[in-house]
This record gives sequence, structure tokens and C-alpha cells, in this order.
Amino acid sequence: MSTHDITLTVNGTDHDLTVASRTLLVDALREELGYTGTHVGCETTRCGACTVLVDGRALKSCNVLAVQADGRAVETIEGVANGELHPVQEAFQTEHGLQCGYCTPGMVVTARALLDSNPDPSREEIREAIEGNLCRCTGYHNIVDAVESAAATLREDSA
Amino acid sequence: MSESTAEERAASEVFGSRVARREDIPLLTGTGEYTDDVRLAGELHLAIRRSDHAHARLVNVDTSAAEAHEGVVAVFTGDDVAETGIPNSIPTAWSLPGLVTPQYRILAVDKVRHLGDGIAAVVAESREAAHDAAALVEVEYDPLDAVVDPVAAVSGDYPPVHDEAEDNVAFDFTLGDDALVDEAFASASHTVSVDLRQQRVIPNAMEPRAALADYDPHTEDLRIWMTSQNPHLHRMLLAGTSLGLPENKIQVIAPEVGGGFGSKIYHYPDEAVTAWCSMQLGSPVRWQATRSEGYLTDCHGRDHTTTAEMALDAEGTVLGMRVETYAGLGAHLSQFATATPSYLYATILSGQYAIPAIHCRVVGAFTNTTPVDAYRGAGRAEGNYVVERLMDVAAAELGVDAADLRRRNLVPADAFPYETCVAVVYDSGDYERAMDHALDLVGYDDLRERQAELRDEGRYLGIGVANFVESAGLSPSKAAGQLGAVAGGWESSIVRFDMSGTVTVLAGTADQGQGHRTTYAQIVARELGVPLDSVEVVEGDTDQIPQGMGTYGSRSAPVGGGSIALAARDVREKARTLAAHKLEASEDDLEFENGTFSVTGAPDRSIHIQEVAHEAYLGFDLPEGMDPGLEATQFYDPENFTFPFGTHVCVVEVDAETGEVAVERYVAVDDCGEVINPMIVEGQVHGGVAQGIGVALYEEGAYDDDGRLRTRRMDEYAVPAATMLPDFETDATVTPSPHNPLGVKGVGESATIGATPATVAAVCDALAPFGVTHLDMPLTPEKLWTAMREGEVS
Ligand code: FES
Ligand code: FES
Repeated sequence: MSTHDITLTVNGTDHDLTVASRTLLVDALREELGYTGTHVGCETTRCGACTVLVDGRALKSCNVLAVQADGRAVETIEGVANGELHPVQEAFQTEHGLQCGYCTPGMVVTARALLDSNPDPSREEIREAIEGNLCRCTGYHNIVDAVESAAATLREDSA
Repeated sequence: MSESTAEERAASEVFGSRVARREDIPLLTGTGEYTDDVRLAGELHLAIRRSDHAHARLVNVDTSAAEAHEGVVAVFTGDDVAETGIPNSIPTAWSLPGLVTPQYRILAVDKVRHLGDGIAAVVAESREAAHDAAALVEVEYDPLDAVVDPVAAVSGDYPPVHDEAEDNVAFDFTLGDDALVDEAFASASHTVSVDLRQQRVIPNAMEPRAALADYDPHTEDLRIWMTSQNPHLHRMLLAGTSLGLPENKIQVIAPEVGGGFGSKIYHYPDEAVTAWCSMQLGSPVRWQATRSEGYLTDCHGRDHTTTAEMALDAEGTVLGMRVETYAGLGAHLSQFATATPSYLYATILSGQYAIPAIHCRVVGAFTNTTPVDAYRGAGRAEGNYVVERLMDVAAAELGVDAADLRRRNLVPADAFPYETCVAVVYDSGDYERAMDHALDLVGYDDLRERQAELRDEGRYLGIGVANFVESAGLSPSKAAGQLGAVAGGWESSIVRFDMSGTVTVLAGTADQGQGHRTTYAQIVARELGVPLDSVEVVEGDTDQIPQGMGTYGSRSAPVGGGSIALAARDVREKARTLAAHKLEASEDDLEFENGTFSVTGAPDRSIHIQEVAHEAYLGFDLPEGMDPGLEATQFYDPENFTFPFGTHVCVVEVDAETGEVAVERYVAVDDCGEVINPMIVEGQVHGGVAQGIGVALYEEGAYDDDGRLRTRRMDEYAVPAATMLPDFETDATVTPSPHNPLGVKGVGESATIGATPATVAAVCDALAPFGVTHLDMPLTPEKLWTAMREGEVS
């Protein structure tokens, strides 16, 4: 089995590692590097539990090979909070946008990417943006509330 | 401490308020530890080779190629397991008269009975190697005819799934008075009947099942982390029925659990095999289900085929009901597989209505499918669905408004406690109030007008009203035992002060996202008058918590919370005795408020309970005969179920061109008795509605006739996404449970029970102009489109 030496920059830290060709990014993050905040819910790119940011874009890390992320900047849920909770995380708590929390890292990362590109989304747009992230606990209502409220906070912060 | 009155007051108001969840921060930052995040040195990985056939004799299992694969440590077959002489049995936990219970082994021998039955365990140094090698296990099968439908299964046309049950009947259960029902039907002015299929659904907790077992051959201790809703039950079953180990040598740890909805209650072969492999190899062994493996092996829910009839008089008063159900049980009897379609189903068929005669027969059928067990709302969802569908069909046939017909038959508020004719006593309720409230919120009368207007324009709005009642917190133990349960319905908790005045709660329930650590702390803060932050809640570890029964059947708040409240009250009473001693007063003269004991009429003579705790541990000056320390254990065994209830209204529009359903509005009024944390209750309702709508519109675990599951991946099974669900409008009425120490009733399943019939009713109502009175779930666009094409627009 052929292997590759790659460098992943995860949450600002460079990691050199050797991976098999078929190693998925999610496995490199979880198994090799210990970033277990990224979860696997389906391994068929449906659930979004494994969503991370690669060079700022939300990607499902169960659908990306580790070698494809060579040299790129990966942000996982562990990198979202910077000393204190990110406004998106804070809003998820305040609006009760999580229950078991298994989908939450993927949701938060997706929401963050959405708000970077669309700071003032409608509820409809939020629902569309998180369509690829399944949550079995919350019924989404409170997640939509959380994203809406985080958007407002972020807009205020940047005003 | 007497100066911290503001803080104390805050504590006393904490019960009933929207306290933010203390469990959230680790989950939001990715530091929460789920089973597959736990890492041990020297772990090996297990993959299970599963059957490719729904029904076949095993002619030969050749493991040599798998054993030769790089990185493989060992490959075990069902015979290898059997040879170790362990009990090797996955049990069912509820016996019924005449029940046939074939042995359910942890790996198959001789025969496989459903797609996904475990055949061989492959242990390797990496997950990849284990999975690669599992595919190399060569299995020679002698295929047999498979049957997936419960009615067909018992028809005599298919080979038996188990030799022990030649007719594929596991049980034939009846409840109710047949003769009385016959009389009701004979005297009725209207009778209606409906054939219903409640399809098989798959729980799909977002976290797949997983286990990490670590057996120490020297000490003979087994430690196992697993995705469990009830670690103590898993400890008991691993010890007694699957592995045959001393129970006190097993530690089960359920760390964060990513949703369960029933699917993580059961003792499955997989976790037992994981532990068994660790015992054989003396190394930690990890098993992590893939999602596709989950579809094949997580217990499915529902799977009922029913004929239901209702007899009514000229005024629309229900006189009786007759129900016959064929319940698919799958290939093996899972833990609650027998209880769910029998007692949990038949006893709720009266719904919210005063029905004088009901008879129910349930035939439990073995089929060549994944075992079926309790899924959110288990039994109660199926039962309420039957009576609610009958109400709608009857309303259509009698030409009365569906809400009206329901109202005429409600159990009146002054009739509680109300004994139904199907063997339960509803503890309390005010059904009409919740119903009125829901109809008000949705603007029912206006909606009916709007519906008529839209129909004239060729648009099809539908309004579905569902009333439901749930039985929560299966109990009392004695009655459950008499009816066939192998374990009681009590819960156990310990409430313990330490010397510095902080409190630890050791709770026997086990959270999967319900927020126990927050609500339980709220209970204790109120009972003991200590600040919320002084209370720590520990769950999910059998070494820390001596006993427990776990979390399922909406039992955590009423039964778990009940035991915590009672333990806290015991602690408070001991503290009172010590406080009286310290204050040199009589106990009867002591008032207790916000954590402070004070002498009536002399408020300056007071002592805070946290100071009392300190004294209790010093032990220097205790009343005669009092032991040091301040803690209490409670085994709370409720005197009855609690009966949450509510009314849900769903408003849909069906697209006449495509058959697509848009859920326009969803109003849920729930009554779960006293509310500990409204935010958490609301969250449970949201999630429950989502799953209930999912069952009605989208979800189905579908098999082909050969027993091949057609929905084996998440992109083949429609777990509702954000775009498929509306915003929810929720509210509550509060009718406390008179027998529960906190007046709470539980809320985990209610909304799923209400949402499914409300949604189906809405869609059928939308299609009423096409002559539709009932359609089976899931209500896919294709099904609705066809119904509209075939129907006559009236
Ligand atoms: S695990 Fe990647 S999308 Fe589900
Ligand atoms: S919070 Fe449990 S899956 Fe989303």
C-alpha cells in the first residue's frame, strides 16, 4: 500500500504525517492527530457530522482524502473557540441548539462558513445551508434560532 | 453562609426556569468524549463479518484467508464462541404466556436469520485491516426462503425462522373483554374499520453504536465503554446472560452518548462479542459500527399490520374498539421486543377517550429481518395512532368535524384518576384544556374557512388534529413482574453532601442528550436550597453509581428525578435533626427555607444546610445515635405510570401536481406535568415532533421480498433534514402527576406519539376531496400523487 508524507495545518499547528493513499481526512484528524471533536455519523457524505473547514471552505472530511488536504489549512471544532466561545457556539448554547451534541461540531463549523459568506441569512437560507448536516435530536428549530442569533451578534461585533 | 441570601434565593427559583445546560460547553468545543473518542494503549480493532443472506444454513465458514491477512490477530466463528461454554444468550426481558424464546447467540451457528446476522469476529491491529479481512471470510450458504412481512410469516407458506416456532408465531397476546366488544358492535349505529400499516422505521441516532472492551486477565476485570442508555442493565446482561462473568467484575461506562431513541437500550451481540474478544486476547478491543452496519443491526421500530374497528352510537359516542395486529419482531427476540407490541401497545388503545369496551389481539411474528424493538414512543405511538386514525375515519364517515368527534369522547377532567378498559389508571389529565389551547393557537375555525376557500382554487390544505396520552416510567415493579418483566421499574440515586457543603448526585439513569446533569441539579438545588453550582451530577458509570435502570420510556424525570428528590429529602431530614441539635431547638420548631434551618419566631437562630453538612462530617457533636456523614440512597418504585398527554395540530399543503407535502404549521401543546426546565422540555418536544413527522412522511426501513434491506445507507433512508421540517409552535398546560414526588410526568416521547397521527391526519384531510380517508405511511409524493389521480374530486 503506498503511503505519502503530508503536512496538515490544523487549527494553526503544522503536523507532518505519513498516510496511506486511501486514508480519509477525517481518519487522519481523529485517529492520527487526536482531533476527536470531528465526528463520523454516516461515512457517505450525508450527515455532515464530519464537517471541517479546509482553507475556509466547509467540507465533509469523510469525503476528502488526507493527501488532498496536504499543505492546506484545516479548521476543526477544536479551533473554533479562541480562548472563549465563538459567538456561534455561544448562540447554540443560549438557544438550546444542541442535545446529544454529536452533530454539533459539524453544525457549528457549517454555520460559521455560512455566516462568513452571508452575514444576514433568512431562516430559509439557514435551513438550506444546514441541509447537509443532519441532527436527529433538535428538530432544527433551535439550530436555526442559534444561527440567526449568532448572525446578529457577529453583525453587531463588526459594526 | 447566612449572608448569601441572594444566591440562595436564586437557587430556590431554579426549578422551573430556563437554566442553560451545563453539558453544552464540552459538546460545543469538541472536547466531549464519546465512546469512539476514548483511546487505550494497545487497542485492537474488531470487524464483524455479517450474513449476506436473509435466511440460510451455514454450510461452511472458512477463516483462513482472513487470518492470513496482514495485521490480523485472530478470527473467531460462532462455534469458537460456543466452545468457550459461556451462556451465549442475548435475552428478551419480558415474557408472555406461551412465548417461544429461541436462543439468540452472540455469533450465529448453523444458520443465519437476517441480513447482517453476525457470523465471524475479525480482530486486527487497525480498523482498516479488520474490515478488509472480514470481507475475506469465506462463507458457504445453503439459502432458504426468507419472509419479511409479519402477516405472511405466520401464513404457513414460509419455512420457520426458528425450529422452535414452526408457525413463526412467537406469541399470541390478547387484552380486553371480547364479549363486551361484541355487544358494543351489535348495538352500534355506526361501525367503521381501517386497515393500517405502521411501517418499520430505523432510529438513526447520529452516533453509531460502539464499544471498547478492556479485559485484564490477571485481575479478571472487564471494563467496557459503550453507547448505552442503561449501563447497569448492560452490566447485568453481560454478566448473567451473554458472557457469564461475575457482575462485580464488570464496569460499564457510557460516556457522552450521541442520541439513542431506544436503539441503545438493548444488549446486542456486538458489544458482547467485543468483550468476549478482549477476554480471549487479553488486549483492549474496539468495535465501531459503520452507519451501514447500523441499518442492519440497530433494532428497528414499529412494523405493525393492523385491522381496527370502532363502534359508535348515533351521537358519535364511541362504544367499542376491536384491534387485531400482526407485529413483526424480526429474526431474534430483542430486549423489549415482546413488551412493546403487547402491554405497551394494547394498554394505551383507549387514547384520551372514555371507551367502554376494547379488545386487542397481537400476534408476534418472527421474520427474516433485523430485530424490532422499542423506538421513541414504543407501543404507545402505535396504540395512539390506531385510535386517532379510527377517529378520523369515523369523523369522515359520520360527516362530523374531526376535532368535534374527539371532543365528544374525551375523558372529562373530573374523571381522574380514570381507569380504562385496557388495564391502566390514568393518573391525572385535563384533555379538553390542552385541546382547546392547541386549536386556539392554530386558529382552527379560521383554518377550516381558509381550507374551503383554497379548495375552490384547486389547492389542498389539510388540518390534522391528534390527541394523545402516553404511559411513561414503566412501573410499579411488582405489577411489571406479574406481567412478565424480568426487571423492575424502580430507579436508584444517591444524594451526597461532602464536608465542604457541595452536593454530588449519583444517578442510575443515563443521558443521551436529554440534559440530565442540568435538570437533576435543578431538582437538588430546590430540595436542598443550595446554589445550582454546588451540585454535581454523575451518570453513566457503574463503578461510580452502584445501581440503576437507565434511560428509556420517558422515565428519567419522573422515576430518576423522583428518586433524586426523595433522596434529597432524606438528606434534608437528617440535616434537620442535626440542625435542631446544633440550634438546641426541637425539630418541629425548625423552618427550612432557601437552605437555611431557622427557629420559628427566632430567625437569628439559624444554620445553613451546607454548614450542617460540615458538622455531619466532623462528627464531633452529633445527636445521640446519629451516624456521621450526610447522604442518602433511594430506590424509588413509583406506584403507577405517569400519563403525559397533549394535542398536536399539523397543517399541510399537498401539491396537486407533484404530491409533495409542505408542512405549513405545526402546533404542539404538551402536558408533562410540572416542568423542571422549560427550555429542555421544549427541545424534547421539537426533536420528538421531528421524528414523528419523519415517520409520517419520510422514513421507512424497506425490505425487498428476499429479505434484502433496501435502505442501507443514510442517503437511502430519509432522516429529515432542516429543509424538510417547519418551525414549531409549542406551548404547555400543566397538570401535575398526583403520585410523583415532583409532579412531573416525563416528556421524551410524547411529541413523537402526537406528531405521527397529526401529520397523517393532515395529509388525509388535504386529500379528502379525492375520497381519501386513510393512506399508509410514509406519505411519499408518489403515493399521494397516485391517490389523487385515482380519486374522484368531490
Ligand atoms: S460522516 Fe461525513 S458526512 Fe456523515
Ligand atoms: S444534537 Fe444530537 S444529533 Fe444533533
